Amino acid sequence: MSTLTEAAPPEADEPPARPPRKRGRLVPYWLLLPGILWLLVFFALPLVYQASTSVQTGSLEEGYKVTWHFATYWDALGDYWPQFLRSVLYAGAATILCLLLGYPLAYLIAFRAGRWRNLILVLVIAPFFTSFLIRTLAWKTILADGGPVVGALNNLHLLDVTNWLGATDGDRVLATPLAVVCGLTYNFLPFMILPLYTSLERIDGRLHEAAGDLYARPSTTFRKVTFPLSMPGVVSGTLLTFIPAAGDYVNADLLGSTDTRMVGNVIQTQFLRILDYPTAAALSFILMAAILLMVTFYIRKAGTEDLV
Amino acid sequence: MTTAQEHGGDVRLTGISKTYGSFTAVHPLDLTVPQGSFFALLGASGCGKTTTLRMIAGLEEPSSGTVRLGEQDVTALPPYKRPVNTVFQSYALFPHLDIFENVAFGLRRRGIKSVKKQVGEMLDLVQLGEQARKKPHQLSGGQQQRVAVARALINHPKVLLLDEPLGALDLKLRRQMQLELKRIQTEVGITFVHVTHDQEEAMTMADTVAVMNGGRVEQQGAPADLYENPGTTFVANFLGTSNFIEAEVAEVSGEDVFLKAGGGKLTLPKARCTASVSAGGTVLVGVRPEKISLTHADDAGAIPDGRNRITGRIADSSFIGVSTQYVVDSPVCDAFEVYAQNIERDTRLAPGAEVVLHWNPAHTFGLDADQDVEAGVEKVEEDA
Amino acid sequence: MAVLSAFFRWLRRNLVVIAGLVTLAYLLLPNVVVTVFSFNKPKGRFNYSWQEFSLDAWKDPCGVADMCGSLSLSLQIAFWATLGATALGTMIAFALVRYRFRARGAVNSLIFLPMAMPEVVMAASLLTLFLNMGAQLGFWTVLIAHIMFCLSFVVTAVKARVMSMDPRLEQAAQDLYAGPVQTFLRVTLPIAAPGIAAGALLAFALSFDDFIITNFNAGSTVTFPMFVWGSAQRGTPVQINVIGTAMFLIAVLLVVAGMLVGMRRKKKSL
Repeated sequence: MSTLTEAAPPEADEPPARPPRKRGRLVPYWLLLPGILWLLVFFALPLVYQASTSVQTGSLEEGYKVTWHFATYWDALGDYWPQFLRSVLYAGAATILCLLLGYPLAYLIAFRAGRWRNLILVLVIAPFFTSFLIRTLAWKTILADGGPVVGALNNLHLLDVTNWLGATDGDRVLATPLAVVCGLTYNFLPFMILPLYTSLERIDGRLHEAAGDLYARPSTTFRKVTFPLSMPGVVSGTLLTFIPAAGDYVNADLLGSTDTRMVGNVIQTQFLRILDYPTAAALSFILMAAILLMVTFYIRKAGTEDLV
Repeated sequence: MTTAQEHGGDVRLTGISKTYGSFTAVHPLDLTVPQGSFFALLGASGCGKTTTLRMIAGLEEPSSGTVRLGEQDVTALPPYKRPVNTVFQSYALFPHLDIFENVAFGLRRRGIKSVKKQVGEMLDLVQLGEQARKKPHQLSGGQQQRVAVARALINHPKVLLLDEPLGALDLKLRRQMQLELKRIQTEVGITFVHVTHDQEEAMTMADTVAVMNGGRVEQQGAPADLYENPGTTFVANFLGTSNFIEAEVAEVSGEDVFLKAGGGKLTLPKARCTASVSAGGTVLVGVRPEKISLTHADDAGAIPDGRNRITGRIADSSFIGVSTQYVVDSPVCDAFEVYAQNIERDTRLAPGAEVVLHWNPAHTFGLDADQDVEAGVEKVEEDA
Repeated sequence: MAVLSAFFRWLRRNLVVIAGLVTLAYLLLPNVVVTVFSFNKPKGRFNYSWQEFSLDAWKDPCGVADMCGSLSLSLQIAFWATLGATALGTMIAFALVRYRFRARGAVNSLIFLPMAMPEVVMAASLLTLFLNMGAQLGFWTVLIAHIMFCLSFVVTAVKARVMSMDPRLEQAAQDLYAGPVQTFLRVTLPIAAPGIAAGALLAFALSFDDFIITNFNAGSTVTFPMFVWGSAQRGTPVQINVIGTAMFLIAVLLVVAGMLVGMRRKKKSL
């Protein structure tokens, strides 16, 4: 029994929900209407059109008809499976690199930056304000044949390793898979750093002290406390990196060669140059389905096992 | 003695209730808060007290019933048309406005142009004149609390509603603010309706306390009345601590009820029994721990006649300065609580000692036996 | 020996800082290159290797045919897209946080999907729609597309802010005689403003820098990113680097200035 209620916390009594007054019942629908209509017409409806286009046959001159020609899908996959594979490989490699590069920086900003924190955050976001195409072109200069980067890699015999992996070709970096992955990593790195930073920043610093107090070495603290708590950031960061990277064709085009073409390049060419709409539609539908499947699977996996 | 004038500002709730789907937050209840009084709605989490308050404020639409301020039926009025103001839980100060503008908010919305003098006076009343141009987050909890009070009071509402206004403050500040709020209420003479889960707070500040439980008002009255004459086990346990003995009615005679419990005899004034009694029936006999005297069994002879007695053995004792709290096992009730003032300490009263508990029958109260004896006992887990 | 082990200890303790700074360098290196090469005087049509220092491009930033026109077009599109997406997105965010309604799950998915969709898929499908409708590709189709893909980001930014807002604040306003309109203007909007501003800024940046969706749906209209893309095939004028450098500097200066003002205000009020 208790007469001592001093320590009682401020109670959360009945939820302070707003009273749904009767006259305002239609308000949410009016608020939603324009935006949702916009998304339905210019996002959802196009997907339906695309689905229909992908099973049409015909030609540009005679017009296209829906003939439920699903063979387009098989043909597209048969013709372009290397580009699909490359997309997954390059985007996957870029995502892993982004995580490896981005985590220390996010950690640095969250826990070690002190009064430099805001400045570094600004520096992470600032490149966004220069057109990404211009910045991607700068990599052409950085990775130029015979340039300092290639020279350094050569001297360290790292090029031998990447040659053996098939990521570079002789003493060139430009126009190789390495250059494309490097560009993808660069372009999507901030999308990894920011969610990582957000979830790291939420971690109570005292948890580190508590883990240390309970005999965890710094590395154990990281493995058992910091990293698991940053999982939400890791999940959203990898998704935000992988999805756009898998559909990207700019890096493959500017920094790669015909041997590094990704599925995005194929879709772009089919649609804008060859004007083979059914194939392009089928390819883009396969890409969408593949990514949605992977994302769903990944969220399930990460969501049930690792996320608290 | 009562004229219409005097009661012109009463808050009257008639048959008011609130349901959310199948959940009933407040069962139909009638409540009158006299003008100028300091009224507390006391109860545990989820008992419906805040919902009741919000229905007076107009922030919650009652499912049935009416809210009247004096002669005016305000049930259908939205909050911004009611002459009622609220001090919100965790204050809800506008973070984008400074203290001055927070306090001036209500005046400005009612189209009052020159607010400077009024706001200045009000800030002086709550001793925050210096802080007028600061933002809420730059103030301490106690200061924010006073701004919230000032922001509401400056509108001279007919009723000031306070929703757990001291919940976020630490103990010392809470004590200080209790006195401060009481002072302000006396000074301005406005009706205060105060919602709290803290029984001490309710008893210190309010003229009238209504104890709510499960969406109903269990009992209502002056703090001392509630404490001395609880009508239900819930009130008895929620306000302070009570010991209960289930006893059989032996005889009802004159002003007293005579009871049998575990071979002993107890007396209960009929006026202090809320249950209907007849010989052979059972009654819950309650007594507050501080009313009980503890005498070592060896000295039992020295106990005056006419007192209710129970024998037992001390199971535990804890010394807490002003008093010592004993837990006594007895045949009629295990874990009898006894608070003894530290006037003269009898060193024999240690765990294991045989003792006699005795008290003035006038301090006994009787309750209906069909109740949960543990109702209203605060669980340790909830406290943490 | 002692010096060496002390060095290694220091290294181990600061490994994360060093790794982080390396990443930061990786992120900023291209901007440095862009800036340096804005002072280059290239020999051929491409500005990829250093020749000699020159201020020519800075003296005549609009000296390249069509470039400044495309820049101004991009700014216009970004402006209108920001306005549209912010208005529509803010409304959706308020509806999602503040009201209960049917089909909430469907609405949430419709907001989430565009962000989880590769740009090229949205670009291609939107083009399919425009072709089927026989729409004239150009300014309007680009604007429509930009509002579409910026919308979700605005909703997310505004929603986060509105969600963290204590609903009691609006109740307090109502309690203090502010009607629904007054409550919205005096309390809700000012408090939600940072979220709306963040959403608008994001929308502006996304729209201004968008290439893939624009490339599909612009027809013969040329925005600034499309101009850069085209010049990557035909020859890159130094002026591109001038614009890139100027944009970077303006953005950083604005942010730093904003931070300084914020800091001073904080100091003053303390």
